[in-house]
Amino acid sequence: MNTAPHSFGKALFELMSSMRFAISLLSILAVASIVGTVLKQAEPYNNYIIQFGPFWFQVFEKLGLYDVYHASWFLLILTFLVVSTSVCIWRNAPNFAREMKSFREHVSEQSLAAFKHQHEAVTTQAPEVLAAKAQAYLEGQGYKVKSLPREDGVLLAAKAGSWNRLGYFLAHSAIVMICIGGLMDGNLVFKAQQLLGTKKIETRDIPQSQVPAISRLTPSNPSFRGSVQIPEGSSASVAFLNVADGYLVQDLPFVVGLKDFRIEHYSTGQPKSFESDVELFDHAGKKIREATIAVNHPLIHDGIAIYQASFADGGTRLTLRGWNLFAPTAASFPVEGTVHQNATLTSAAGDYTLEFVDFRPFNIENMGGEIADSGDAMSVLGGSPVSDNKHLRNVGPSFQYKVRDARGQAREFSNYMLPLELDGRWYLMSGVRESPNEAFRYLRMPLDADGDIDTFMRLRGALLNAELRPEIAARFARQALPQNAWGTEIEDKLKFSATQVLALFAEGGFQALGGFIETKVPEAEREKAASTYLRILELAAFEALQVANRQAHLPAPKADDTTGWLVRDTLNSMSDLFVYGAPIYLQLMSYDEVKASGLQLTRSPGKNVVYFGSLLLTLGVFFMLYVRERRVWLRIKPGNALLAMSSAKHTIDFEKEFTQHAQALDSLTQ
Amino acid sequence: MELALNQPAPLLKRLSWFDWLFAVVVAAGSLFALSRFGEYMDIYEKAILLAAIPSLAVFGWFWKPFRPLFLAVGAISLFAISQYQGNLARMEEAFFLKYLISSQAAIMWMCALFGLATIAYWGGLLGRSGFVLKTGTSLTWSAVALGFVGLMVRWYESYLIGTDVGHIPVSNLYEVFVLFCLITAMMYLYYEARYQTRQLGAFVLLVISAAVGFILWYTFDRGAHEIQPLVPALKSWWMKLHVPANFIGYGSFSLSAMLGVGYLLAQRGILASRLPKLEVIDDMMYKAIAIGFAFFTIATILGAMWAAEAWGGYWSWDPKETWALIVWLNYAAWLHIRLVKGLRGAMLAWWAVVGLFVTTFAFLGVNMFLSGLHSYGEL
Ligand code: HEM
Repeated sequence: MNTAPHSFGKALFELMSSMRFAISLLSILAVASIVGTVLKQAEPYNNYIIQFGPFWFQVFEKLGLYDVYHASWFLLILTFLVVSTSVCIWRNAPNFAREMKSFREHVSEQSLAAFKHQHEAVTTQAPEVLAAKAQAYLEGQGYKVKSLPREDGVLLAAKAGSWNRLGYFLAHSAIVMICIGGLMDGNLVFKAQQLLGTKKIETRDIPQSQVPAISRLTPSNPSFRGSVQIPEGSSASVAFLNVADGYLVQDLPFVVGLKDFRIEHYSTGQPKSFESDVELFDHAGKKIREATIAVNHPLIHDGIAIYQASFADGGTRLTLRGWNLFAPTAASFPVEGTVHQNATLTSAAGDYTLEFVDFRPFNIENMGGEIADSGDAMSVLGGSPVSDNKHLRNVGPSFQYKVRDARGQAREFSNYMLPLELDGRWYLMSGVRESPNEAFRYLRMPLDADGDIDTFMRLRGALLNAELRPEIAARFARQALPQNAWGTEIEDKLKFSATQVLALFAEGGFQALGGFIETKVPEAEREKAASTYLRILELAAFEALQVANRQAHLPAPKADDTTGWLVRDTLNSMSDLFVYGAPIYLQLMSYDEVKASGLQLTRSPGKNVVYFGSLLLTLGVFFMLYVRERRVWLRIKPGNALLAMSSAKHTIDFEKEFTQHAQALDSLTQ
Repeated sequence: MELALNQPAPLLKRLSWFDWLFAVVVAAGSLFALSRFGEYMDIYEKAILLAAIPSLAVFGWFWKPFRPLFLAVGAISLFAISQYQGNLARMEEAFFLKYLISSQAAIMWMCALFGLATIAYWGGLLGRSGFVLKTGTSLTWSAVALGFVGLMVRWYESYLIGTDVGHIPVSNLYEVFVLFCLITAMMYLYYEARYQTRQLGAFVLLVISAAVGFILWYTFDRGAHEIQPLVPALKSWWMKLHVPANFIGYGSFSLSAMLGVGYLLAQRGILASRLPKLEVIDDMMYKAIAIGFAFFTIATILGAMWAAEAWGGYWSWDPKETWALIVWLNYAAWLHIRLVKGLRGAMLAWWAVVGLFVTTFAFLGVNMFLSGLHSYGEL
């Protein structure tokens, strides 16, 4: 009964160290690694819920699929690899070490004669003489030779390429070493603490200083990889580690202050470099050192490496002009905003929260897309690799904000500061979207002769103003009719139509007009009615502008093409306001930019172990693959000589070498 | 004593005057480049340049045909550079540049020559014509030469666009595809001479032609041949080591896969009488995977060291990294299978062929389908 566990252990040992097991492990590890490349790792958990639904989300979470490479089953496969490789070394070590030293001089003559690669030659030379010559030859070929006297002659035992075996040790222990180094830099310590309940992930969105000690790691934590964003002129003494659906706060042994963050651009507008000027202080406030960190040029201090990882807005101050889009006036009001902060807007319809999300000083847009000459083969064949970046254009600053209503519903907006030219006319653009994975849809507000949107806003206010409608309708009717029709029933009819059209439009834009036509006009006449209404609307809008300008003590608009387009664009844009989704528009007047630099901080004590392992691995692989291990025996007796050769690996080179040695023996024995 | 039979002479004695001349030219060229452009290089780049002198010299001694190739590429590239007279616009005016050796023209010639070489190899294989096969070899050599000229000139052109734009042409998918064609072809040419067999060129040139097809599509459809400035993450001397090492890996894995195809066909009796013996193909396959595995190991380690410097961690399980690991594990498994009795032959050939798909995914698929830190060269 005693033997059972023993033989089980032995069988396990055999299995773990077997080549087939190694091949299976390598294949399984390869396949398992695919999982994490197919499924995006470490996303916010909400994204996964949306993607998979609540049921599968939980299943996948249990399987650790959101952080596969730290999941216990993945670590188990790696552990198997380490154990199997170690056992394999353990098992082979004694044999291989002996083999490296041994000349295998105890082979019997019969077994030499039974070798697949053996060759016999007759000779008249004395065994010692031939042995000396053969030894010189073999040594010249790079063999280590041992000459052993036998009662009837000599045995030469030679070996070459013993380092092949050394390579095996180096490469395979390197695997173990690299895995251990990797583990040292992993989060095993935290995982253990989490299991024991001494540490916990923080999932709340609270200021760093309020994060309790159970979610904080001390400066003595041996390994971490965290990141922090520091606005210009501020400093940070912690880094954040993303874990599962939360984070941990890593207290740093020093304070990092950011003096300046710079982005340089190529002439084409693509970014050329990101650099942060940082200062390190101790916790007492004494300056330790100053440095510039750039991509590919980290700063290493006190075993912690600080890298340039990203950048963001650090709280740019925005000076804005706000417009109440549905107020029947042209008035605007001033708004001050700071990126990453909120502001409250009070209105009759309830309170809104303005959340300023981001500011971008540049926006490089592709304004043309297509490669113009792609159809012309010759132009590419003899063509120039010099890119014409004429499609790329910097369209200036923009800022992003969310408008959240009292029910918590939010839409995101992206407003450009500078106007954009589209189809030969200039507009101010405001993008809107309902969720982050949508593209922005743009509202285009036409500019007036002064290059501003004031005329648009004035006309909009006038069109929304019900009190002005009778006057506008009257002016419109007078304009539309010859003098002899003034005061007739036709004029009244026209006035009525204009008032109706204006009222409908002010209620819901073109959609409202369309809806009205659909319910009131028979199908056959709809098209005609639509174009009539449109005409009325445009002409009435022109009159509205007259009225609005007069009220604002401005000169009357010229009745020219430019004004025509301005009116038409205003109508289009106004109609879009009804689906714009916010009661206000914010125009960026000026800004005071504050950038923030995203730094990554790492302490990885395992790195040197991994690098050393890598060195051994490289050496080991080269030794194994390029040092050919082989042995030669030459048994010389009076009258004949028997050459035998063996190698662990039979390649064509080996066959060639054997032939060469056989020929050499033939010529030596002559 | 005539005992010197087959005795290898010491390396230095085996060298001819041409070997020495080659070494001198390499050293002189590199030192000239160092003195002329040293101020634009950092200490690592200078070290790389200096280390290139003995490496290239020894490589030329080890593989003799490399010497004329190197000298020809150098001479033609210098000629092309002189034609520019420091003015990029000469690309469209100077006859040689416009039709032959501006980077884009040279690379298009490379594509054409690889296409012709493929046809020649197949013609020679099917028609059992040694002469036609030999033509295939010559065409492949010419393609390699022009491809390298294309890259060298492109390097120069990038500096003409702007000194801050200039960089070694291994920075985007277009450039590395050219590199891939060249390395695969060179490795094949080496084994072709070593094993004295030309028939397998028909298979190897297929994978190169596929890459050429991609280059052409990428150029015509996407304008990928345009030289773009480097994103900050790629501005590092590591790129000069990491990328070429990787492509030696990719190149030799592709080579082995095509040899695997040849093996499987021959084993089923298809073209068997025209192809080399199975043992020969098997041996070549092993050699190709061995060199590929060794360089891929180095490339991955260099990549890890670069990542440690650029991204803050030597291993981030980024999709490209992970796929490199998968490729590496795949060939580690392949090498181990060879050591198990009874699993050789067709099994290994199949595994090598499947390896091409794994490699291609790591090389191309990751850029197309997965996103991550390695965001250069998206399609
Ligand atoms: C990532 C893991 C591994 C790598 C990269 C690796 C790499 C290699 C390489 C390159 C060779 C040389 C093959 C040749 O000469 O053609 C080799 C041989 C070998 N490997 Fe591994 N190996 C790994 C894991 C293992 C494991 C887990 C085992 C054992 C269970 C193992 C056992 C062996 C043995 C016994 C040899 C033969 C040595 C000889 O006879 O020369 N290897 N390995």
